[in-house]
Amino acid sequence: MRAEKIHLDGNAAGGVLRDVFAHEMTAALATCGGCGAVGPVGALLEYGQPMGIVLRCPTCDTAVLRIVRTPSLLRLDLSGLRLLTIPA
Amino acid sequence: MAIPDATAGRLEWRVATVVDVRDETPRARTLVLDVPQWPGHRPGQHVDVRLVAEDGYQAQRSYSIASPPEDRGVALTVERLDDGEVSPYLVGELRRGDGLEIRGPIGGYFVWDVALGGPLLLVAGGSGIVPLMAMLRRHARADASARAAVPVRLLYSARTPADVIYAAELERLADPPAVEVVLTFTREAPVTWTGYRRRIDRAMLEAVIWPPSAEPHAYVCGPTVFVESVASLLVELGHAASRVRTERFGATG
Amino acid sequence: MAQQPFIARGFRARSARMVDAPRLPPGQYETNDFPVLSAGPTPRTPLSKWDFTIRDADGRSARWSWDDFQALPRDTPVVDIHCVTKWSKFGTKWEGVSVDTLLAAAASHGVGAGAFVVAFCDGGYTTNLPMSDVTGGKAWVAFGYDGAALPPEHGGPARLLVPHLYFWKSAKWVRGLQLVPTDSPGFWEQLGYHNRGDPWREQRYHGDP
Repeated sequence: MRAEKIHLDGNAAGGVLRDVFAHEMTAALATCGGCGAVGPVGALLEYGQPMGIVLRCPTCDTAVLRIVRTPSLLRLDLSGLRLLTIPA
Repeated sequence: MAIPDATAGRLEWRVATVVDVRDETPRARTLVLDVPQWPGHRPGQHVDVRLVAEDGYQAQRSYSIASPPEDRGVALTVERLDDGEVSPYLVGELRRGDGLEIRGPIGGYFVWDVALGGPLLLVAGGSGIVPLMAMLRRHARADASARAAVPVRLLYSARTPADVIYAAELERLADPPAVEVVLTFTREAPVTWTGYRRRIDRAMLEAVIWPPSAEPHAYVCGPTVFVESVASLLVELGHAASRVRTERFGATG
Repeated sequence: MAQQPFIARGFRARSARMVDAPRLPPGQYETNDFPVLSAGPTPRTPLSKWDFTIRDADGRSARWSWDDFQALPRDTPVVDIHCVTKWSKFGTKWEGVSVDTLLAAAASHGVGAGAFVVAFCDGGYTTNLPMSDVTGGKAWVAFGYDGAALPPEHGGPARLLVPHLYFWKSAKWVRGLQLVPTDSPGFWEQLGYHNRGDPWREQRYHGDP
């Protein structure tokens, strides 16, 4: 019996996030636009691979970050993100 | 010469050379890579590996770095998944002298270094031991006073004794009470085994780990279901969620 | 000039690449697996709470409970399916109610027409389709797969099934169709995937002809 494909977490998106933001992002703190919970990007739940990356709030499942890369563009939907704090 | 900021800027794909290959268990193998212009790494970080076939087909996976920053060469320990696409290649086909395209080091959350202090609690499920081993090896290489300041407890859940990666080295590094290594077998234990023979549960954690008042830094790594079960038990036991860091491994190989 | 990629010695894709080539849309390979891809956690709607709604732009709607749905005439389509991530699976067996049946019933309840539909789902997933791609025997709301109830990770209790388009259009955990006058990009389409998604024309991304 195949195990159900489960989500991973923001660590798995680390390489793509580094590409997008030109900065290590897994330690950045994300404030969820849905419920206000604050936590490291590495602790967000990762879905959507390999079509794209959907990082969801572990408290309320709101899609906080969505990334799709097509041959012609990279699109980032941050509508579920209220605040991002990147440590110096 | 300015030291490049390890956390800023894009990462380049680099072609590393496999300099050593070491079988750890029947299904797991360590690859030691010589990576050109490797900037160094922190325990817990990983690399992305990209394989391109002659017909252009591409596959990409992430693998945790097993070696401490002190080692020459970047070691990855890969466990072969039978119906995997990349892991059978890395564990079965790749050999010394081959090139391997990697990008890294990646990660800023699931990392530990001596400066963070302790106590240090490591909980591994299956191949989740790999990044935790980098932390344990870093600890072992630190100077005596740094080691003394950070007691370590590793709780490692494996199916059978044949599945325990780094078994001999773990035995060597164990140095109770400063460094405690506790194994639990979930499918089959040695006949003479007097230790744990079950999945990690609340009672086992309570017996093995420090109380919340010790404020350990906890790192939990393994399959998603394992990580979420252990992490929520730790929080249930009173450990601050912010001190429990998690890294989930996927089943795609 | 683009850098030549580094070719990994001896690496090949796991799946055979040239099976039944005319049956494979361009850029696809056949798989015997049924990979699971989800944009979010698997919802667990109990059948007692499940319903399916077709709603028009004016708010008129027709609604079926699970029992209502099970009483409708059903088909057992056997179809090839094609994922935009390049795998194709031949001869998949489904059981479900044709979208034509649902639209006809909705129309008889006064629900108006629309040139486009948006499928909406538990968990918030949406996908958009031209009406012509869900009518004429091309689409179903499927609750059975391979002779058994559709498992939750594959979209159960019910999913949209539109096999002639890339499989992200076959929305999992579907709860209804919103009929709209203009095309309205859904979850993946807003992020850059194609509004229609015809695998035979390789319409993977926005801008593909």
